[in-house]
Amino acid sequence: MSEPAQTERDSFARVEAGMKRRRAAERRFRFFGKCAVGLGLGFLVILFASIVGNGYSAFWQTRITLDVTIDEAIVDPAGTRDPALLRAADYGALIKQSLREMFPDVSGRRNRFALYGLVSNGANFDLRDRVLADPSLIGSKVALSVAADDDVDMLMKGHIDRGAPEADRRVKDNQLAWIDALEADGRIRSAFNLDFFSNGDSRDPELAGIRGALMGSIFTLFVTLGLSFPLAVAAAVYLEEFAPKNRWTDLIEVNINNLAAVPSIVFGLLGLAVFINFFTLPRSAPIVGGLVLTLMTLPTIIIASRAALKSVPPSIREGALGVGASPMQAVMYHVLPLALPGMLTGTIIGMAQALGETAPLLMIGMVAFIADVPAGVFDPSTALPVQIYLWADSPERAYVEKTSAAIIVLLLFLAAMNALAVLLRRRFERRW
Amino acid sequence: MNKAKFAIAVLSAATIGSAYAQSARDYISIVGSSTVYPFATVVAEQFGKSTQFKTPKIESTGSGGGIKLFCAGVGVEHPDITNASRAIKASELEQCAANGVKDVIEVKIGYDGISVGHAKSAPDVDLTRKQLYMALAKQVPDPKGGDALVDNPYNTWKDIDASLPAIKIEVLGPPPTSGTRDAFVELVMEEGCSEFPFINAMKKSDKGAFKAACHTVREDGAYVEAGENDNLIVQKLEANPDAFGIFGFSFLDQNRDKIKGSKIEGVTPEFETIADGSYPVSRPLFFYVKKAHVGVIPGIKEYLAEFTSAKAMGEEGYLSERGLIPLPKDEYAKVVGNAKTLTAMK
Repeated sequence: MSEPAQTERDSFARVEAGMKRRRAAERRFRFFGKCAVGLGLGFLVILFASIVGNGYSAFWQTRITLDVTIDEAIVDPAGTRDPALLRAADYGALIKQSLREMFPDVSGRRNRFALYGLVSNGANFDLRDRVLADPSLIGSKVALSVAADDDVDMLMKGHIDRGAPEADRRVKDNQLAWIDALEADGRIRSAFNLDFFSNGDSRDPELAGIRGALMGSIFTLFVTLGLSFPLAVAAAVYLEEFAPKNRWTDLIEVNINNLAAVPSIVFGLLGLAVFINFFTLPRSAPIVGGLVLTLMTLPTIIIASRAALKSVPPSIREGALGVGASPMQAVMYHVLPLALPGMLTGTIIGMAQALGETAPLLMIGMVAFIADVPAGVFDPSTALPVQIYLWADSPERAYVEKTSAAIIVLLLFLAAMNALAVLLRRRFERRW
Repeated sequence: MNKAKFAIAVLSAATIGSAYAQSARDYISIVGSSTVYPFATVVAEQFGKSTQFKTPKIESTGSGGGIKLFCAGVGVEHPDITNASRAIKASELEQCAANGVKDVIEVKIGYDGISVGHAKSAPDVDLTRKQLYMALAKQVPDPKGGDALVDNPYNTWKDIDASLPAIKIEVLGPPPTSGTRDAFVELVMEEGCSEFPFINAMKKSDKGAFKAACHTVREDGAYVEAGENDNLIVQKLEANPDAFGIFGFSFLDQNRDKIKGSKIEGVTPEFETIADGSYPVSRPLFFYVKKAHVGVIPGIKEYLAEFTSAKAMGEEGYLSERGLIPLPKDEYAKVVGNAKTLTAMK
């Protein structure tokens, strides 16, 4: 009788003795888990803080208000108001004249060049567009707000040290004096940088905008989505629902899984050889970028879609077949709608991956200086990550903030895509 | 079902695209050197804004890659212009000719200096090419004397020459794929190692060994490959005053409040010293135009005119503002003449 009681007490004692250790192990495990989450979040915060800290100032641009007299003798000497002539007129001379009027005692070629350097090279095009839009301005004096040169902008944003010796400063002493005079006159202000969202790339930082790259990314993703989603869903449905299980489908399955792990640059090379060299599609065009990224995202979406199809309970299929639906009807009307939320998630992951790619785009010529905003999938264009790379590599200091600003735009784009995916999933999600 | 139809529609659009590509291209396509890229893009932008033509598209592929694309053939799918930070080689011209690219117009646009610099806060130094070679080559002549090459034994600059500071040798520079690296190796390392008579003698006897001795950069951590991004090098130099960096002159010019250029052979890298040739590490920059495309692709002639105009390439042109060292007057006149008459290379 005492024997079993004894062993019972022994095992209790053993359990009791180990309890402390086990609880400690449990606490440690949870602690490590929390540490991992904390560390990850910490890095994320540092990343966002540095990007936003560097980039937020790019959304503002220093502007200088000039009083420009639109002299008919310069703009339209013949008085014909012919748009072709108006377009070719020397608006730069008007801008220079206005600056000279403001600072009449600046003399000497070098000093005058320094004075003209205060405003952006884009100022004369701003003036031209204004005159073309309203030729009745000719002969009158208009107040024109023009972007300041990037060096002036950097100075106003505090990225250039006023205290540095003159030789080491990109903004010279005389320019500082003019800037102070303009500021005292209320002619310098900081405005929201609309140009950043309406212009294409430029080599003048104050004129450089993200629109070209943004449109390029949108066109590229449009092509990618349009091709990869239907193809991948069709492939997944066939493989999961209809294909016989044999050696061939096994081989295909292994290959799809392998393809998902192929480095993206390889798809770029393939794109160069097939789409550009063989099909002679244009270089640097979103259509080719989209095709290449389709190849890259297909396996990702197929794998996700198959997983989504697998998670639909067999009772749904059996029920449909039981009431007389054909296998295709069962899939189209019952299985597919239930699997769609999962497929969409996979698609968004694939799209997000495609949005961030630069390596394959390098091979097909989308890493390029393209100033014109693309209007379609055949126009030359870049993409957002490419624009970030190009700006990061530019010598002018003002591109540092532009780079971070472009990253912010890219992240927002990504967040918008993810939000859309969540929204779609919520709408279609069905529980059983 | 609709999705399948859509897929077919997109695929057929792709087929139409190939027909489209063969028909026309209404913008100039430019490829080539990443060193010329910052200058060519400025010209392209001016050209696009001030004329009726579209802004040319410029890809930064590196000089060698650009010439390869350029020489692939004549036709709208091939680029019209390639930028190069070195002159085109005879072998490349042959390759061009073999693919039907017969007439190539060469335009020399100016010079680019390569500077060795460090943080503003560090003391000034005066380096020679020989010292730089001794600091950076994988194998150097035995410091104990004799005509033998040994693995680079120098750890600090002072080990090389007593006049230099006693700081660890640490040089940040571009990787081998970069044109700046090619030029640095050729203009600094090769010149420096040629000052040793026995290595110089190898130039004639054993060209391979000469190249190996002069062109191989040490891999023990003293030379740090900092990536193609010169901005990154500038930031790292600012953070570490003991390190030197190798980068294009335009980056020095834009960041004079943060970094300074070291003297080489007693000459500081300045606009004037590079222009008059007294600063020893500079190289000419070029672009090449496919003559067969002039008149086929709209705007090539006008682009040439814009690039070679005095307001761009001239002494006070906008390219000099960006750090391009303009050509001497007589050379410039010749380039302008060639561009006007579209004279091809012989």
